[in-house]
Amino acid sequence: MLKDEDRIFTNLYGWQDWGLEGARKRGDWSTTKDILSKTPEDIVDAVKASGLRGRGGAGFPTGLKWSFMPKEPGDQPVYLVVNADESEPGTCKDREIIRHDPHKLVEGCLIAGYAMRATAAYIYIRGEFYNEARHLQAAIDQAYEAGLIGKNASGSGYDFDVILHRGAGAYICGEETALLESLEGKKGQPRLKPPFPAGCGLYGRPTTVNNVESIAVVGEIMRRGPEWFASFGRDKNQGTKLFCISGHVNNPCNVEEEMGIPLKELIERHAGGVTGGWDNLLAVIPGGSSVPVLTKEICDDVLMDFDALRDARSGLGTAAVIVMDKSTDIVKAIARLAHFYQHESCGQCTPCREGTGWMNRVMQRMVTGDADISEIDALEQVTKQVEGHTICALGDAAAWPIQGLIRHFRPEMERRINERQAGAPSAQAAE
Amino acid sequence: MSAREFAKDQPDSFAFSAENEETIKAIIAKYPDGKQASAVIPLLDLAQRQNDNWIPVKAMEAIAERLDMAKIRVMEVATFYTMFNLAPVGKYFLQACTTTPCWLRGSDQVMKCVHDKLGLHGHYETTDDGMFTLLEVECLGACVNAPILQVNDDFYEDLDYEKTAELLDALKRGEAPPVGSLAGRNKSESSAGATTLAQMRPAAGED
Repeated sequence: MLKDEDRIFTNLYGWQDWGLEGARKRGDWSTTKDILSKTPEDIVDAVKASGLRGRGGAGFPTGLKWSFMPKEPGDQPVYLVVNADESEPGTCKDREIIRHDPHKLVEGCLIAGYAMRATAAYIYIRGEFYNEARHLQAAIDQAYEAGLIGKNASGSGYDFDVILHRGAGAYICGEETALLESLEGKKGQPRLKPPFPAGCGLYGRPTTVNNVESIAVVGEIMRRGPEWFASFGRDKNQGTKLFCISGHVNNPCNVEEEMGIPLKELIERHAGGVTGGWDNLLAVIPGGSSVPVLTKEICDDVLMDFDALRDARSGLGTAAVIVMDKSTDIVKAIARLAHFYQHESCGQCTPCREGTGWMNRVMQRMVTGDADISEIDALEQVTKQVEGHTICALGDAAAWPIQGLIRHFRPEMERRINERQAGAPSAQAAE
Repeated sequence: MSAREFAKDQPDSFAFSAENEETIKAIIAKYPDGKQASAVIPLLDLAQRQNDNWIPVKAMEAIAERLDMAKIRVMEVATFYTMFNLAPVGKYFLQACTTTPCWLRGSDQVMKCVHDKLGLHGHYETTDDGMFTLLEVECLGACVNAPILQVNDDFYEDLDYEKTAELLDALKRGEAPPVGSLAGRNKSESSAGATTLAQMRPAAGED
């Protein structure tokens, strides 16, 4: 288990003061000026060496992403945009950073912004996090008053602004270009890429969009050194990570752990185990609603990192672990996600707009077995026609949970259909 | 996508309060010159807060003028984002999350309780006394504290049927129970006590 002294988010549970004074006691802002005395290249190289991969779901190497920003941007603005639109079902880690350790995020914005030669950071927070946004705004105000950000930030000679922007309820705004559209005052509909944000992002200027957790760990990586961060987890899957464990466990919770911790150990050590014991486990969605579900047999020994879960044909995503015990109607659990994606499709691309609705309607019939066996194949076929055929990844995200269900629970789907056709009352009607 | 309609009864006019006019200046100043359209979501939010939690068409027109935007662009934004109410809602706007993580932890019981006690089913229904409106919503982002019921700006967490009933009763009495977990646990730590960071926990009696 990760040692407490190696945890970054030491106020994860809000036991201490989240304001500037408390943040300083936890080490934040202690050596910011020294860090900013390095060159931007040095900081980018350090973040590359730390092995940090984006914590928002895709897992793209953070330092590499920063290196795409122009080295000589001229006198026009360049932006860091922080994605705090945490909306992926199962995921509630950034909320804890924002309400209990907001200075880690604000300091991270300054360091990351400097490393990519940005002039300002816009933090886009989901609108429902109203109370959380108040904490973050207060932390930003404190940092300005103390001279930590703004003109000559932290005495570095570098000017840097941090601006908080609240969204208004749209899952799609977690997609980086939809987020930029929304920040510019439009509907949150993703942009065609290329051009990529590093060339043409917010207001048409070079922009990097990073997840809250990716930015909030940067201060500690720079203070303790990239080797320290890289010492946790496996090659290419390094560092510490916030995990959100929800669903059928005895004690749902958030916890910071080492990357690559076995899923079973994560659940048993921190969340009090699966309700009814490990053998009562049916399935786990290991990385937020968009990644395919895993069966107990896979969960028995799978590791929680990007590559291990990719090899298990799922994904680490946001490290939001949704646990389902044997009492779960697994078809209904996935059908509810199909409903979610229909609701959240922005409507821009036909395969997604029409496909999410079609998949949801078929999935609702699969719940009751009111379908034909051949429709399982048709459903899978449609998921393949949506996947990869849309501007953004929401189409993929809608397809994968259903593909995972068919891959692992096809016999259960067939059983319902056969029972229904044999005249047995549907599960729903029997209730 | 969820299609929503503007209220049939619309006020004839809308004007921001003097205080909000000052706030608007501060909001617009957050964005570069000429990029004032970025303020459209904050201004719609401000209008909604000033107008009993819903946005009349006249407010959209006022915002369009204020930000030098076409009216339709403001309307598009107002209809796209789920947090903007386009018709009046009750004093307490209840948003019950029923996405899978909340559903696994019993959001059906929360919905049943709201139905039993208030007679509301879900899609912007309002009680006759105008006190409560219910909307079934998607993931609120507090999944380890599921199920969640959002009441106006606040999250009430770790609910079941009884706790939802107690919460609704308290709201009816005009009380506002402390926000957060109603199961008595602290934030998102394990209800059996956190498994990490023991040395950071304040000693008993210390705040």
